[in-house]
Amino acid sequence: MTTLTAPKAAERVRSAALRGPVLGVVGVVGFLVLWELASRIGLIDPRFFPPASEVLIRLGEYLLDRAFWRDVAATMWAWFLGLAIAIVAGAVLGFLIGASRFLERFTQSTIEFLRPIPSVALVPLAVLLFGTKVQSELLLIVYASIWQVLLQVVYGTKDVDPVADATAKSYGLNLWQRIRYVVWPTTLPYLMTGIRLAASVALILAITAEMIIQTPGLGKQIILTREGGAATSMYALILATGLIGVLINLVMRFIERRVLAWHQSVRMEVAG
Amino acid sequence: MPEPTTPVLVVEGLRKVYPAPTAGGQSVEAIRDLTFTVPQGQLVCIVGPSGAGKTTLLKCIAGLLPPTAGKLELQGKPISGPPRTMAVVFQEYGRSLFPWMTVQANVELPLKSAGVGKAERHQRSHEALVAVNLADAGEKYPWQLSGGMQQRVAIARAVAYRPEILIMDEPFAAVDAQTRAELEDLVRKLWKELGVTVLFVTHDIDESVYLGERVIVLSNRPTVVQDDVVIDLPAERDQLTTRSDPRFAELRLKIYGEIQRAKDTTGDTMTVRTIPAA
Amino acid sequence: MKIMKSALFLVALPAILIAIWWIATLNNTSYLVPTPGGLITAFFDTWFGDRFWDDMVPSIARLFGGIAGAIIVGVGLGLLIGSFRTLRQLLEPLLEFFRAIPPPVLVPLLGLILGISDQMKITVIIFGSVWPILLNTIEGVRATDEVQRDTARSYRLTRPHRLRYLILPAAAPQIMAGIRQSLSIALILMVISEMTYSSSGLGFAIIQFQRNFAIPQMWSGILVLGLIGLALSLVFQLVERRVLAWYNGLREVQRA
Repeated sequence: MTTLTAPKAAERVRSAALRGPVLGVVGVVGFLVLWELASRIGLIDPRFFPPASEVLIRLGEYLLDRAFWRDVAATMWAWFLGLAIAIVAGAVLGFLIGASRFLERFTQSTIEFLRPIPSVALVPLAVLLFGTKVQSELLLIVYASIWQVLLQVVYGTKDVDPVADATAKSYGLNLWQRIRYVVWPTTLPYLMTGIRLAASVALILAITAEMIIQTPGLGKQIILTREGGAATSMYALILATGLIGVLINLVMRFIERRVLAWHQSVRMEVAG
Repeated sequence: MPEPTTPVLVVEGLRKVYPAPTAGGQSVEAIRDLTFTVPQGQLVCIVGPSGAGKTTLLKCIAGLLPPTAGKLELQGKPISGPPRTMAVVFQEYGRSLFPWMTVQANVELPLKSAGVGKAERHQRSHEALVAVNLADAGEKYPWQLSGGMQQRVAIARAVAYRPEILIMDEPFAAVDAQTRAELEDLVRKLWKELGVTVLFVTHDIDESVYLGERVIVLSNRPTVVQDDVVIDLPAERDQLTTRSDPRFAELRLKIYGEIQRAKDTTGDTMTVRTIPAA
Repeated sequence: MKIMKSALFLVALPAILIAIWWIATLNNTSYLVPTPGGLITAFFDTWFGDRFWDDMVPSIARLFGGIAGAIIVGVGLGLLIGSFRTLRQLLEPLLEFFRAIPPPVLVPLLGLILGISDQMKITVIIFGSVWPILLNTIEGVRATDEVQRDTARSYRLTRPHRLRYLILPAAAPQIMAGIRQSLSIALILMVISEMTYSSSGLGFAIIQFQRNFAIPQMWSGILVLGLIGLALSLVFQLVERRVLAWYNGLREVQRA
């Protein structure tokens, strides 16, 4: 049995803490390298799997192209608008339903039936109503995202401690004050979760609508590259959508953390 | 006293250092030097102040944690992984039993892995459950039982395994006092019936004196053996008479004093003593 | 009495909505909205004739094939990757990126590579919906309780036994959560692949109806998709209740 001296042990651990992220980077880089090699030596058909370097270069070209950014803006605008509508409508409805036992039971079967309907099924309806205008995209986005927010807000509203609410009532707090000091703190984390989930669903439906209905945006561009057989461009655009997806995730988590941190401090203030 | 044969467990110069958890932090020397032996069939209790590395010691003996230095031998062979003839009862019974399996399935699982046939498995698990007074609980799920009953299932699982040495890591710490008394008697009963060697770690001094034939007191971190006390109470013990025996109070006081000392002493302030085999 | 009350709540709002719908379409004014009767007739006429075999069955078969594939690949790979820390750390960021790619973009991609075929549609479903299962399985395996792991090691459980009796059941709640997310993605992908690159299937049929202004039929198609979504959801809930019976029982006890 060997004995470890203290400095050596410390060294090993310093590297252990960095190990995770480093390996992660190695994984990504390794994947790109493998892809590049496999494509160049013909292990995978370069017509369908262009080398990673070419895809990255094409992505770079896109980033300098104003038309690309117009498409990104179109997609993001529809995403944002649809998400905002879904959040407001979902939160209001969710609060009403969660607050009333009667409403909850009354609407449960309808919600359970409507929720699993895939938003894409509404594509033909959207086309009939709005053609290729952005409203058809919004219809799809809102229909899909609203459930995420609504359900979370219902859970949150139901989670409000009835004892705390009764106590507040007995202290003479009116409805608005009770909402502010009792309901809101409890429901907020749920709402944030709902927003985070809705954000990624909204992106999926935005791209979907653009692909099928051909409303302007990245989805439409992706379909066009396929028609032109431009595999490199398609990969580059797909990469771009992935990056947008990651960005949205990160921003949402950041917002969630900040809001909940503020929320925690507010809760402590209120309790104190 | 019978002629001492080769001790079943030999711990010599055991040392365990935990590397620093974060870069730039301090490494922790949990155990500096532990040396003791355990003869076959003994019920030895291990006590010490909080943080004294009791669990670390058990994990090393159980082959779950590699020591930094020192010699660990079970029945003459070095311990390099969980030994076949050893069974462990953990403190957190709620997390040690598998909640997706019934009580009986839990008790039988180690046997299944050891290649024991179905009929024999059923028989051994039934016997074990009877021995811990849970004959009817076979089809229940662990989370349907109370804390004390769950720990009895864990004990039954160990018993059915037919180990030669049984390790128990503060098994009754999370259980109420009344249940604890019952479980202590259960351990002594099983120990006598099965003739196993038992290593029982506890922070409860009374429990260690009531149960053990011998109590090893550990010092504070970095841990060394502080004291090794023979419990010369009669072999037949029960909760009422034994605990009111004046000798019980004396031993209790002695060990309590050692623990108080142990809180202040560490491996740095003590000279290492070699303890003769009991 | 209680059962009657529950049943009443179940049908109250739907009945009201249908009644409003019926009244609003009494004069057959809008071409966009069929009458309730018209929809029901269209539903049965359309989907229980030839289309049943030409469109509905192939669609559902592709859907189930894709879901089964996603579960097998996701759980299998997830168990493997989750069991080896180095492998997991190597692959996790990469896999999280793949998960962030909106699944619909895989349709044109695989359409380019594999052409238009049943295999392509099933592959799309697998590739698009595997990620929640895969990543949840990895997480579930990683988070196996320390004490349970020590117990398994101390009793020298064999590797296959550890997988079957410890790791897989312990990760089951996470895995089921992943599968639930995958189901909705799978359905979307099935519809999209049929709407864009297909000459058969539910998605294709609905688009055809819309292009030919066969409105009641179009709505009936939407209804069918809704029913399939509902059926998937119900079946999943039934399976989940059985598989996680122990988990639900445990949580109930913990909450008390």
